[in-house]
Amino acid sequence: MAISNKNARGHTSYWASIGHRLSGLALAAFIPFHFLVLSLAVNDRTSLDGLLSLADQPLFKIGEWGLVVLLVIHMAFGIRVLILELVPWRHGKDGRTNLVWVGVIAAIMIGIYFLVRAF
Amino acid sequence: MTTLRVKIWRGNENEEGEFQTFDVPARENQTILDVVTEVQRVQEPGLSYRFACRVGVCGSCAMTVNGKPRWTCRTHINAVAKDGEITIEPLRNMPVIKDLTCDMTEFFQKWQKAGGKFDGTITRKDPVATLPPSDLKRQKADAGIECINCAVCYSACDTVNWDSDYLGPAALNRAWTLVNDERAANRQEVLDKAIGDSGCSSCHSQGNCTAACPVGLSPSQSIHGLKRMSLLSFLGKGI
Ligand code: SF4
Ligand code: SF4
Ligand code: FES
Repeated sequence: MAISNKNARGHTSYWASIGHRLSGLALAAFIPFHFLVLSLAVNDRTSLDGLLSLADQPLFKIGEWGLVVLLVIHMAFGIRVLILELVPWRHGKDGRTNLVWVGVIAAIMIGIYFLVRAF
Repeated sequence: MTTLRVKIWRGNENEEGEFQTFDVPARENQTILDVVTEVQRVQEPGLSYRFACRVGVCGSCAMTVNGKPRWTCRTHINAVAKDGEITIEPLRNMPVIKDLTCDMTEFFQKWQKAGGKFDGTITRKDPVATLPPSDLKRQKADAGIECINCAVCYSACDTVNWDSDYLGPAALNRAWTLVNDERAANRQEVLDKAIGDSGCSSCHSQGNCTAACPVGLSPSQSIHGLKRMSLLSFLGKGI
């Protein structure tokens, strides 16, 4: 029997750790593709040029936008963990769980900036 | 609402069992523990559960209520019932003995593993130690000292669920209070245990423990304090 714990989750720092983890996994899944494209620069210039010409397609831009947003989320939530662990807390329910919102807002702002620049 | 529908886990130590549903009269002032007691007194004398003080001091009455561990003697029905329904299960991360009682042996063994035993520098023949409340270390120890050993945080912790060796939030919170206690003779030893295998570094900083602790302690704060100390001691700075 699995005892339910679903309502012990769902607080702000829970979502921060989920966001941190999922963005990390998504970025890790992207890395092999990134290296593959980089390797084309050495091994196969023509395919690389073909791929890079795709970079102007809207779909590609949206993919890039997703990556930028994931990177910002992952970085902001990672910095949050460092602040949690390295800077002494003032009290037990220290407001720093709200750093989640700093990360989310940073991701939205940088995401919008990227979109405006891209199109 | 005149009646509550209460689903209670009835099971044995082999994790076999099922939910049994009871209809219990809804009353003006009623805690989860009142409801469980009423079921046991009136409807099902074979129901096993634990309690002692009924006022949030002893830490023995914790159960999982609607998917969240809680101290049942201080949890009012109105705060948790959804459409007059309540589901009550034992705590997580500990072996069930029967129904709502679980075996807390390992939970307390982990307190010992984390260095939770107080070892003083003076004897009872010496004058009582003076502890100025303004002392920063004392304030850190005080922040975690009121633990009632209820295991609510331990039950809420997903890391304990994934790694059964992880010492868990309560034991590490205890270690943090000792590491900051000027009267303790073995502070370095406690720190070494708390930062050792399956110690504070296993914590994922998710904070379920702090969100669930019924007396408002913050095991996360204590664990992060230990992590910081472990880094400082790695860099050669003693406690
Ligand atoms: S913060 Fe650490 S100890 Fe607390 S619930 Fe999460 S993993 Fe467990
Ligand atoms: S830290 Fe809080 S939740 Fe954990 S055992 Fe102590 S009182 Fe209970
Ligand atoms: S019965 Fe003692 S804390 Fe609930």
